[in-house]
Amino acid sequence: MANVPSDLKYTREHEWAKREGDRVRVGITAFAQEQLGDVVFVELPKVGAKVTAHQAFGVVESVKAVSDLFAPISGEVVETNSELPQKPETVNKDPYGKGWMILVKPSNAAELDQLLSAKQYEEFVAQGGGH
Amino acid sequence: MVPFGGWEMPVQYAGIVEEHRAVRAAAGCFDVSHMGEFEVEGPHALAALQRLTTNDVGALEVGQVQYSLLCYPDGGIVDDLTLYRLAADRYMLTVNASNIDKDWAWVQEHGAAARWRNVSGETGLIAVQGPKAEALVGRLADRDVTRIAYYHVAEGTVGGVRTLVSRTGYTGEDGFELYVGAADTPRLWSALLQAGRGDGAVPVGLGARDTLRLEMRYALYGNDIDQTTNPLEAGLGWIVKPGKGDFVGRDAIEKVRAAGPRRKLIGLEMADRSVARHGYPVTTRVDSPNVGRESAPAPIGIVTSGSYGPSVERSIALAYVTSAHAAVGTELGVEIRGQIKPGRVVKTPFHPSRVKK
Repeated sequence: MANVPSDLKYTREHEWAKREGDRVRVGITAFAQEQLGDVVFVELPKVGAKVTAHQAFGVVESVKAVSDLFAPISGEVVETNSELPQKPETVNKDPYGKGWMILVKPSNAAELDQLLSAKQYEEFVAQGGGH
Repeated sequence: MVPFGGWEMPVQYAGIVEEHRAVRAAAGCFDVSHMGEFEVEGPHALAALQRLTTNDVGALEVGQVQYSLLCYPDGGIVDDLTLYRLAADRYMLTVNASNIDKDWAWVQEHGAAARWRNVSGETGLIAVQGPKAEALVGRLADRDVTRIAYYHVAEGTVGGVRTLVSRTGYTGEDGFELYVGAADTPRLWSALLQAGRGDGAVPVGLGARDTLRLEMRYALYGNDIDQTTNPLEAGLGWIVKPGKGDFVGRDAIEKVRAAGPRRKLIGLEMADRSVARHGYPVTTRVDSPNVGRESAPAPIGIVTSGSYGPSVERSIALAYVTSAHAAVGTELGVEIRGQIKPGRVVKTPFHPSRVKK
């Protein structure tokens, strides 16, 4: 089982969300990057763009496949990871750290509570939720 | 593991990019036993092969190998293959796994006078590719493999296993394809990986096999060539030899040659790293901020293969485009998820070949 930090929240589409004050940082899980294989391209929204919970906000491409990125929470994008266009492999190397994708100013922080806990996400993946 | 031509095949072992780079830098071993092999022999073998294939089998010496095609009467491609002359009147054809049944029916129908044997099931095949491949295979072989020239074959033993040692491959690196009895394949596989550990030899899956061949512009049947493409538009005119006499598809191909192909398979390099994948539309480029208003990009073709190229470190693709847009340097677009992304026709191979010519 891939690494699932206990202080993060998770989606069934394998994104993680981390509360940082009044902002939420978003990326994909270690399980997701393992399933994708070598990430070669990440398409992110522009700063200022609105994202909606459970809606696609970007795309991640590996050698094998293309996947949509789903927003764990609604709000406005206040920062994106500027390193990813040049170094998409960072998503594989450090999915919970330097491989983060967007920083969101949530419009309804209560949405975070509806996401999966680390334990729930682990169970979801263990039950074949990845396929 | 993924199903491929009736086999369970690994897409990757350690990771596609890592395996790809190991082949370019050291050596990789590919279990490609899924490929099909047909033997044909007897006094009618040469005539049957001349009738069936596009290249000139009469030019092959014993121990020589040839890349060739089976074509339909309309010039469409049944399959691409390598043809081995193993003895004066004995030959072997290596065909694509997904085409074995179709090819077998085809060769029997159009080469009926010769004696054919489908040995696909009893034949294993391991490719060893990369700059360290010669030293690795040489250490395990009972003969001097440095003397086997590119596109030549010799019998010997490798790791104690009776092997047909062919200096061929699908990666653009020097290396060998080793044909062995199916039962001996695991033994040879282990021997190669064990003996190659110090060289950095690794097992390589289908994923890196695809990125390696794409960087070399080697065609993949089902992607870049099929029954709807002719050899000339695919850039395979060099293995069509109309001067050798009649063969299935010759008239149709010669008509295309006289008129010039309508479209051509070209190499495409993308400006950013988004991947232009199989089936994506190719368009003219309209670099205006108002694309889609007055001057919409016109469709001119289709992507047949595309990936990130780990050695060229760019997003690359093969695509058929109308011949007017096929010149190197032409700016094109690829429609990726509703957006026209900029690309450019480039010279191929994308990465320099290092085969031992």
